[in-house]
Amino acid sequence: MRGLWAISLVVAVAACTPGIPKEALQLSQESLQRRQLQTREFDTADEASILSASAGVLQDLGFNLDESETHLGVIVASKDRDATETGQVVGAVLLGVLFGTVPPVDKTQKIRVSLVTRPIGAPANRIAVRVTFQRLVWNTNNQLSKIEAVDDAPIYQQFYDKLSKSVFLEAHGI
Amino acid sequence: MNRLLALGVCVLLAACQANSKDQVLAANASQVQLRSFQARAFDTTDRITTLRTVIATLQDLGFVVDKADDVLGSVSGTKLSGYSLRMTVTVQPHGASQLVVRANAQYNLQAVEDPQPYQQFFSALEKAMFLSAQEI
Repeated sequence: MRGLWAISLVVAVAACTPGIPKEALQLSQESLQRRQLQTREFDTADEASILSASAGVLQDLGFNLDESETHLGVIVASKDRDATETGQVVGAVLLGVLFGTVPPVDKTQKIRVSLVTRPIGAPANRIAVRVTFQRLVWNTNNQLSKIEAVDDAPIYQQFYDKLSKSVFLEAHGI
Repeated sequence: MNRLLALGVCVLLAACQANSKDQVLAANASQVQLRSFQARAFDTTDRITTLRTVIATLQDLGFVVDKADDVLGSVSGTKLSGYSLRMTVTVQPHGASQLVVRANAQYNLQAVEDPQPYQQFFSALEKAMFLSAQEI
């Protein structure tokens, strides 16, 4: 009897996987803040030069280009990197010592980025660049442990510092 | 009581799939129904600007672009936020004075076949387009 209950519960749970969250495609206040954080404008009408400077920065950062569509101002790139964090490993070892089982820790990650340029003004006299990063992290059991957008302000600031430098370097043929 | 339980289990099991290959052509909604909430017409013929606006809207909604093709007029993107939401948007001419924007999405392992998320997407898109999205 109890077995039957358990089975029907498992089946019922398996049948009702949760659907898409209500806010998934909803514009919010945060979407606008994120847009500001992720966007910079450059005083030029030369979209191609901004795109190639951007590709240069992504290469500087070790990304490989996956896709590019110059007519739409899109570059997609990714890199696979180590995701080990010392704190996590220390925690796992401590748990291992205390309880005899070591929980999985983050091991590898794939970082994805899309960079989009957009002419602004009619006729266009500026180019807006918007970059967005996200990452997937796998743990030592080869399970996905994190799938998330990267929203840290310093990361975007540093990226645009490098992009400004790259735009300057390419403009001066360095 | 026992019989009732057994019946319940049978009904639930029947709802599950017998052959996972059936998923290849599976869709819960009819073609007409799907298109009615996945597609909207806009009063413009500027494909490139529309595609760029679609890309900007996807970025606003937290997507990272996977692919874009100006010849085919398609853009795909993925949003990761504890879940994985993948979306493809196409822009096609519709008559002499309109473009049709069509979107379809998958949430983790499921097709999104609920009108509401698409309404939200088109409401974000029409703000960015400065044009209203019309049902076809």
